[in-house]
Amino acid sequence: MSFEKFLFYLFAVLLLGAAVMVITRRNPVHSVLFLVLAFFNAAGLWMLAEAEFLAIALVLVYVGAVMVLFLFVVMMLDINVAELRAGFVRSAPVALVVAVIMAAELVVVLGPARFGLDSYAAPDRHPADYNNTAELGLALFTQHIYAFEIAAVILLVGIVAAISLTLRRRPETKYLDPASQVGVKAKDRLKIVKMDPEENA
Amino acid sequence: MQYDLISLQPVMPEIFMLGAACLVLVVDLFLTQRTRMWTYGLTLATLLGAIALTAWAAGPERQVLFDGSYVRDPVSDVLKIALLTITVFVMVYARDYLLQRGIYRGEFYTLALFASLGMMIMASAGNFLTVYLGLELLALSMYALVAFDRDSVKGSEAAMKYFVLGALASGLLLYGMSMLYGATGTLNLAAMSEVIAAGKAEETVLVFGLVFVVIGIAFKFGAVPFHMWVPDVYDGAPTAVTLFLGSAPKIAAFALAIRLLADGAGGLSAHWSDMLIILAVASLAIGNIVAIAQTNVKRMLAYSTISHVGFIFLGFVAADGRGYGAALFYTVVYALTAAGGFGLLTILSRKGVDAETLDDLKGLNDRSPWLAGMMLLILFSMAGVPPTVGFFAKLFVLDAVVQVDMVWLAIVAVFFSIIGAYYYLRAIKMMYFDKPIDDHPIVASVDSRVAMSVNGLAVLLLGIFPTALLQACRTAFGG
Repeated sequence: MSFEKFLFYLFAVLLLGAAVMVITRRNPVHSVLFLVLAFFNAAGLWMLAEAEFLAIALVLVYVGAVMVLFLFVVMMLDINVAELRAGFVRSAPVALVVAVIMAAELVVVLGPARFGLDSYAAPDRHPADYNNTAELGLALFTQHIYAFEIAAVILLVGIVAAISLTLRRRPETKYLDPASQVGVKAKDRLKIVKMDPEENA
Repeated sequence: MQYDLISLQPVMPEIFMLGAACLVLVVDLFLTQRTRMWTYGLTLATLLGAIALTAWAAGPERQVLFDGSYVRDPVSDVLKIALLTITVFVMVYARDYLLQRGIYRGEFYTLALFASLGMMIMASAGNFLTVYLGLELLALSMYALVAFDRDSVKGSEAAMKYFVLGALASGLLLYGMSMLYGATGTLNLAAMSEVIAAGKAEETVLVFGLVFVVIGIAFKFGAVPFHMWVPDVYDGAPTAVTLFLGSAPKIAAFALAIRLLADGAGGLSAHWSDMLIILAVASLAIGNIVAIAQTNVKRMLAYSTISHVGFIFLGFVAADGRGYGAALFYTVVYALTAAGGFGLLTILSRKGVDAETLDDLKGLNDRSPWLAGMMLLILFSMAGVPPTVGFFAKLFVLDAVVQVDMVWLAIVAVFFSIIGAYYYLRAIKMMYFDKPIDDHPIVASVDSRVAMSVNGLAVLLLGIFPTALLQACRTAFGG
């Protein structure tokens, strides 16, 4: 077994193990941390597939930003785990049967018989100076420019939707106006009163 | 490709729509509640402008831009003009309702414009990426609109249901797309259809992927057994949003189906038409039978939508130009009638009172004979009574089904339509022969009354002269 193959199986086993832990842990914080581990291993797999940019983006964006935010939210919310799990045991048998059938179908349809190296030859290795990021950028801004623009519009809609659903103006709430605070001059707040010195009795 | 005004002409409607939607978003920031009329006016102007640009760019030839991501053909022209026109009606009906409920905010118009942009993108999608991104643009705007009345518990619940099930459906659709991509090696729909026609792709994998794609489409249409979200979301959303959700997006769902099934997987029509037969028969049966038991008008119309989706799928079953043309005609006609039906509910609602139950329709003729007349035409059209256009829509679909020797399917469709006629006629009986329970005068602005009249009369006139629209639908598919 080559070293690369060994790495692939290592990452794959860790990924699956972490994924199972995510859905079985009782403590939601542990689940989030295992999800981080799963993301790291997925990034490792992508690295092996020569998708360096995506691997780094996954670590930077998902692990670095999204999951940290997620962790804060999970810690701040008081989630009643027992309540969430109440229906788990009852629906587990049905879910298990469906999952096994699905998995069996997937193996039969997507197995090596149809997607093996005979039908899909392994792609050639890129030379060491191949720039994955540059190629991705080129494809994104030429071939896929239309899709890229639509994705940008979707993000804009996300912002508009989030603000329209959460922004409330409550006249009774007291809040600070930073602009007027910064604009304050000393003479607005400080009043110097001239007083005659008091004579000692 | 070149990026200049001439070569970008086909995509101008979308570019204009995006620019104008951003303009409305910014302009609305500087308006007060009293001057918000401008947002409404600009939104209507944007929609009308986009219709004009689509008509300007229209033509019989097929134009492909952006490396196959964008396709402009007669089908997309018809779809875009239809969905933009319906959206104009929706915007007009919605204004009074929003004003009365204190949710007359600019975001409604911005989100509706972005949703329309998403539908236009779907109508002229050339590859999987554009199909999916257009769908998500539409869906995201819709989720936010369903939750638009933030203080309504029912609305938030409906939005949550819609969001979770919609995300699941998108996931299934993506999964199916990835299978088709794996089997054919291309995201481009035209190239995919060539690979399938050449027999170079593994058929088992294709059919496996196709199952997921069909499920995704059925979810978005709301076909049985993927219809559970429809009644709850229609009922929970503010009526102005239900009006939007129940009309124009049906045309977008048609676009989704025609692009994926006919353009992309046309070579697999033997497989997907069997799946669609099951969905169509189940939708016709459940939709029409369950609608009888409803006392809530919004839920009744939701189940009626489900039964109409069955009819649209029947047009696809034929898998030829004639069938697609009939399905397109049916979809456009249904969207127009649904806009009128929900539009009347927004007119009947007033501050603090939503017209929701069938009792609210009682004695409508005594309160306003003209509105009752318009609703009569709309309900007749939904039931398929001549001379309204709904009759011809059903006739053309049945004709297409009979042409491919599936007479039994046509008989099933007619059988369930007769069952369905009962609840439309019951509503008409309530409007004309029952005493009004609520005798408040009907307050409606001039523009929504005009739109209602145009809408109702259009249903009648299109029924008397169906040829023009039918020709447009048939020639779009080269028939």
